[in-house]
Amino acid sequence: MSGAKNGAPPTAYVSARLLDPDSRLDAPGAVLVEGGRIADLGPRLFADGVPEGIRRVDCGGHCLAPGLIDMRVQLREPGEEHKETIVTAGHAAARGGITSMVALPNTEPVIDDVAGVEFIARRAREAKLVKVYTYAAATRRLEGQEITEIGLLAEFGARGFTDGLKAIADAQVMRRALSYARTFDQIIVQHPEEPALADGAMNEGEVATRLGLAGIPAAAEAIMIDRDLRLVALTGGRYHAAHVSTAAAVEAIRQAKARGLRVTCDTAPHYFTLNETAVGAYRTFAKVSPPLRTEADRQAIAEAVADGTIDAIASDHSPHDQEAKRQPFANAEPGIAGLETLLPLSLALFHQDRLGLLDMLACLTSRPATILGLPGGRLAKGAPADLMLFDPELPWLIDPDTFLSKSKNSPFDQHPVQGKVLATVVDGRHIYETET
Amino acid sequence: MTPSGSRSRDLGFPQRHLLGIEGLAADEITNLLDRAESYVAQNRSGQKKTDLLRGLTVINLFFENSTRTRTSFELAGKRLGADVINMSVSWSSIKKGETLIDTAMTLNAMHPDVLVVRHPDSGAVLLLSEKVNCVVINAGDGSHEHPTQALLDALTIRRHKGRLEGLTVAICGDILHSRVARSNIHLLGVMGARVRVVAPPTLLPAAIERLGVEVFYDMRKALAGCDIVMMLRLQTERMHGSFVPSIREYFHFFGLDRDKLSAAKDDALIMHPGPMNRGVEIDSDLADDIDRSLIRQQVEMGVAVRMACLDVLTRPLRGNAP
Repeated sequence: MSGAKNGAPPTAYVSARLLDPDSRLDAPGAVLVEGGRIADLGPRLFADGVPEGIRRVDCGGHCLAPGLIDMRVQLREPGEEHKETIVTAGHAAARGGITSMVALPNTEPVIDDVAGVEFIARRAREAKLVKVYTYAAATRRLEGQEITEIGLLAEFGARGFTDGLKAIADAQVMRRALSYARTFDQIIVQHPEEPALADGAMNEGEVATRLGLAGIPAAAEAIMIDRDLRLVALTGGRYHAAHVSTAAAVEAIRQAKARGLRVTCDTAPHYFTLNETAVGAYRTFAKVSPPLRTEADRQAIAEAVADGTIDAIASDHSPHDQEAKRQPFANAEPGIAGLETLLPLSLALFHQDRLGLLDMLACLTSRPATILGLPGGRLAKGAPADLMLFDPELPWLIDPDTFLSKSKNSPFDQHPVQGKVLATVVDGRHIYETET
Repeated sequence: MTPSGSRSRDLGFPQRHLLGIEGLAADEITNLLDRAESYVAQNRSGQKKTDLLRGLTVINLFFENSTRTRTSFELAGKRLGADVINMSVSWSSIKKGETLIDTAMTLNAMHPDVLVVRHPDSGAVLLLSEKVNCVVINAGDGSHEHPTQALLDALTIRRHKGRLEGLTVAICGDILHSRVARSNIHLLGVMGARVRVVAPPTLLPAAIERLGVEVFYDMRKALAGCDIVMMLRLQTERMHGSFVPSIREYFHFFGLDRDKLSAAKDDALIMHPGPMNRGVEIDSDLADDIDRSLIRQQVEMGVAVRMACLDVLTRPLRGNAP
């Protein structure tokens, strides 16, 4: 472990394969980190050796990329610290190659005022692990009625506005949120599900019918996105659809982008990795919101990541303890603890030749940084030294029992993956190194 | 498919629990029905009680009210000589989940041999079966399955029609919420009957045709040529505007009366899992017509079928004694 941000000696990361999605750099080379920032980088840097006084870190030919930016996580702090804390999530994120994460405001209390935003920032400073940003609630107490102090919250560091796991359902409220947020160039992040249609436990279809579970039709997502896109056109606001899961939704967003609307979206790895059959015999670890969809939807999501319609991949980290999941399926909480599996599950798209390594990394680094206006996500002179060293090929089996997250709710137990994080660096500090 | 085979069967039933009909093989179902036949005779004789299950404890664990199913299981257990205990847990008044697992663990510590479980949530009985080390019988879980109901329906049909294979059965009403419908669809399908479902689309689950049934929205068309008309109960809370507009409209289009029944075969028989809503899904006279209605026989077959299930599932505990 190196020292603090300002006390650390300059460090040279040599013998690396440099990967920077933003500048399309993919070449052997080195990075010089000084004072927590990238001071220099390139293929010829330190070609004649590392000078005296600079610490030398040999990357062994592995990939050095910007640290991942996970734009959708639930930290459970404050309020549900038995499921996760900013510290435990920080360790889990570091192990996952994540250097910045953006927390949802659905805590207890809800992050809907300046004090809440400051609390998260303070706890993150104390934890001193990965960088933690937070969304603020779009409406007070997430009740979907009165908009929050968007301007003040943004001034105090809120990175976007969302009602978390709840859709902003009222069209007038959504219109005003989009419209008002324009004042401060803030983005509204929607959980795109029409609530009246989303009162079910899994995707509507044969599997739900066999299991006797209430279904959620794909239309629940498409209807909300279609409506929101019209409100975006009406207001000129900035809109981001979270965790899209259906072919219909990505098609709507594809067309909106072609029309020039200021619209972005993300998905989570489970939506291009699993389909509704993962529910099997009531496996609550495969219960997520929105639900896992059909195989055709899964394919469409993977395609939309590949063609850039989906801008970003987020873990949608939703830690839950055993009690929340060891329930009859309809009563179980939705969500997957995803921080530690974000990179390897996403790399499957690269290994399946759906898209190149740089394009895949862009979904996890530069694009979410751009959407939320975050520093990091780039290998560039002057950028924060938020780095991830990884081997994109190394095969391993996911084992949730070994998660550093406080919660182990993952449907990917013994799921074979390729690609492993070797080290994670935040502001020049090594916050994670693999055991090998 | 004959009620009692000419050759001796080994009455094989490899499953440890009876959680559902889906996945059971035709011969496993036939074996259960054949065994149930012998209990029909026993129940009608002067000597109703045996000591086959002597020393075994059966707990009826009901998280949902059901006087008739619970009574049927209780009688079945007692007629086989088991010690039967009834436990009712008010599901709505307690915190969910924790109590299901906690209750299961508590009961498990008392070493019952069989748990008979009714629960309002789909999959809850499977979840419970994973936490205990006794035999579990599903007495109805949510909208998922009610296997002993399908077995007693099959036994009733077989006794009146002599077979299941080749019959046409119409299941009418609230298919969406019905565990009885799902179990019957699986059972009748695997036994070679043709199954039709008929309901307004608001009461049909998505992709129901993928379960191998023909879908109808019109009662007379659905009943045309049917051997069996199986009516389902419509819950009160679904009658007024949420799934159907009114009782009056529902009965007019989907309630079984003599006029609609005339579309079926002349010897078509009527079934209902009970309790009936007279004048909602079925005409009151028709329900009581002993020439057409099998509703009371279904209740009788229920006890016999549940005796057969208790018998077959406890066989490993009894050292495979026949």
